[in-house]
Amino acid sequence: METAFIIEKFILVTAVFAISLLIAMYSTYAERKVAAFLQDRVGPNRAGPFGLLQPLADGAKMFFKEEIIPAQASKILFIVGPSLAMLTACMGSAVIPWGQDLEIAGKKISLQVTDINVGLLYIFGVVSLGVFGVMIGGWASNNKYSLMGAIRAASQNISYEIAMGLSIIALLMVTGTLSMKEIAAQQSGFHWNIFYQPLGFLIFLICAFAETNRTPFDLPECETELIGGYHTEYSSMKLGFYLFAEYINMFVSSAVMATLYFGGYNFPFMNDLGFSANVITIIGTVGLFIKIICFIFFFMWVRWTIPRFRYDQLMNLGWKVLIPLAIANIVLTGVVLSLT
Amino acid sequence: MSAFLGAFILIINMSIFYLVAFLSIVFSLLVIFSKNPVHSVLYLIITFFTFTVHYILLNAQFLAIVNFIVYMGAIMVLFLFVIMLLNLNRDTEPMHSLVIKIIGIIAGGCLALTLIGALKATLSYKVPVVVTKSDLGLVKNLGKVLFNEFLLPFELSSVLLLSAMVGAILLAKKESNAIN
Repeated sequence: METAFIIEKFILVTAVFAISLLIAMYSTYAERKVAAFLQDRVGPNRAGPFGLLQPLADGAKMFFKEEIIPAQASKILFIVGPSLAMLTACMGSAVIPWGQDLEIAGKKISLQVTDINVGLLYIFGVVSLGVFGVMIGGWASNNKYSLMGAIRAASQNISYEIAMGLSIIALLMVTGTLSMKEIAAQQSGFHWNIFYQPLGFLIFLICAFAETNRTPFDLPECETELIGGYHTEYSSMKLGFYLFAEYINMFVSSAVMATLYFGGYNFPFMNDLGFSANVITIIGTVGLFIKIICFIFFFMWVRWTIPRFRYDQLMNLGWKVLIPLAIANIVLTGVVLSLT
Repeated sequence: MSAFLGAFILIINMSIFYLVAFLSIVFSLLVIFSKNPVHSVLYLIITFFTFTVHYILLNAQFLAIVNFIVYMGAIMVLFLFVIMLLNLNRDTEPMHSLVIKIIGIIAGGCLALTLIGALKATLSYKVPVVVTKSDLGLVKNLGKVLFNEFLLPFELSSVLLLSAMVGAILLAKKESNAIN
């Protein structure tokens, strides 16, 4: 029993890890293709059919580049930075329910790595930890521009975390649970949380953009002001880790948004189709991935549409708009909940 | 079979506890002894992480995750932010005078005395502490305890935090007026 459990979880963890890496890998390709589409260009089309092998070529290039560690840099922390960025990016997917329970040979197999009863807070914690990779790397480079990037990342992260936490509180009042599995199960069919928390979702979405350092919130790596921001001094695969961590972050936050607000693995009329439970589960999992891919596309769409904020605009939006809105959302949710 | 498994889990639990306790002490010593302030903060972050593991071993999931978010995720980021912004280095650090060192030793000694006294007070309990409810640290139970038995202290501490926040804003505002 115990061994079977461990093997089952091991397979699940490996699969989730592999899928996150695969999606992140092809997100880099999709990013360039979407950019090309929006700017009326062709995009990468040399490596393989439609340029599909481009991510592999990029990876190989990254590995073969010369690795430079600045002479005055703090060597250990210089390596710890990108490793930490990658680690925290991969940690978030542990509590996301990828589907309902599969039933194989009378045995229930959960499609969630672990269902801790503070799952929502766990994700919030991992997100708040993500900034350390950027900060440590930026400081260890011993470069003024890198330091500026690191400091910007920290202040941005702290500012938007507050609004994100407040929007999660409003969601919590509706769901009444912190467990990701229960939150997903509550949205069965078409009872998605987006209909009960539209404002909360909007705040969460904006904060997710800020926490993943995506445009319009990519001030830590703002090349017009800071050369390359926190990764100015990085080369070879260490730079690759930073860039790659951003895409994994994007994937995980898309999965979180899909689970929290867009029903997770649930889809409309799932209980009226008359299929067996396993088929419904598989369709649901596919549905979840379609939702995630839509969110990733949205991330890219915004990146190539909206210009970057100025720093004071960023702070004003965070502190003077999003936080009061989130508090108003909590009050509103409380009033509606006490009336109904 | 299950008794054997239980004993095995207990042994693993105890060895994890000793390992993590050892790491907490080592890293908290490193916080004090490292010369570079940024390294100090990073060691402090690892120390807080070991505390999180302690809470998980005690089955206090909520406390563990709150410690993780508030101390590691928020307060330590602010610490690191301030220290990086000031860019304190070994060469820019001012020399401490002898008086400051002596004051530091006296203050530290007082703290150590209080801690040792508190530890000695616990020794007088002959009966070992037995946890009757092992799931006390889960969200639901903790919330019930906080909002029933300890409602007044809980609300009072929240008012205290709010007043501290307002005070900080007031202080910051005064300074900006003086500059203008």
